[in-house]
Amino acid sequence: MNTIALDPAEHHVKRLPGDLAIWFFILAEMVAFAVFFSSYAFARAKNVEMFNLYQQTLDRNLGALNTLLLITGSWFVVLAVQAAHRDDQKSISRNILFGFLCGGGFLTVKVIEYAAKFGAGISLSTNTFYMFYISLTFFHFMHVILGMVILAVLWKQSRDGAYGAHNAHGLESGAAYWHMVDLLWIVLFPLVYVMR
Amino acid sequence: MINTLKNPANRAWIVLMIATGITWYLGEIGAAGTAAIVAMLLIAFVKGRLVILDFMELRAAPLMWRVLLEGWLILVSSLILIAYWISLK
Repeated sequence: MNTIALDPAEHHVKRLPGDLAIWFFILAEMVAFAVFFSSYAFARAKNVEMFNLYQQTLDRNLGALNTLLLITGSWFVVLAVQAAHRDDQKSISRNILFGFLCGGGFLTVKVIEYAAKFGAGISLSTNTFYMFYISLTFFHFMHVILGMVILAVLWKQSRDGAYGAHNAHGLESGAAYWHMVDLLWIVLFPLVYVMR
Repeated sequence: MINTLKNPANRAWIVLMIATGITWYLGEIGAAGTAAIVAMLLIAFVKGRLVILDFMELRAAPLMWRVLLEGWLILVSSLILIAYWISLK
């Protein structure tokens, strides 16, 4: 371990952004999703033809568009954290807002996708593939909503001048959660929409 | 332009957008089977790693946290790969 650099202001000190607690929370969420992802993959192994058939009914374009939205939303929130580190107040709240709007775009696209599926009479009990598709994407959908609630709080606090070069902890914690939502979708999209 | 690319988050964003396009394209051409699955898992791994290192900013974090998150990515990819390999038998 590095015992030379004791000054926390020095850049080369190993440092975990945000609060330690949020990282344990993120890890717990990721373990839950790892179980869901592998359950999907192993359930598919028993039912390859059915999964391949119904996967073709999913809208890959909307899935890819949502990937782009979450990646861009994540990127804006990184820019917000970077702005906090250089005390650029206006840029912090503006970038959080852009990140929030990307989340809103994701939810809108997802609702359009769900409307088409539910409109076609598809439900959790239609078959195993749709059971996984609906529950996995809906569980993730809830995480996007929670991420957006966090971003809304961060936006309000950044407007009140809560974050800056010496106080970015809360912002970094919320940002880490938002990036997790992105990370999970990066695995979910190819797995459920594309891989066959 | 050069300054923009000095920011690792900006570079990561560009790669993530392009990689998403490649996965989408593989879907469009109906890529299937072992090679396609391995390619898509590799792309997801590279993307996930960029999010972990450049968005979550774990590149400069204590090694344990990098190992935990990157390890998650390797674990999930491996489990998916095993399940798909079983399905191909």
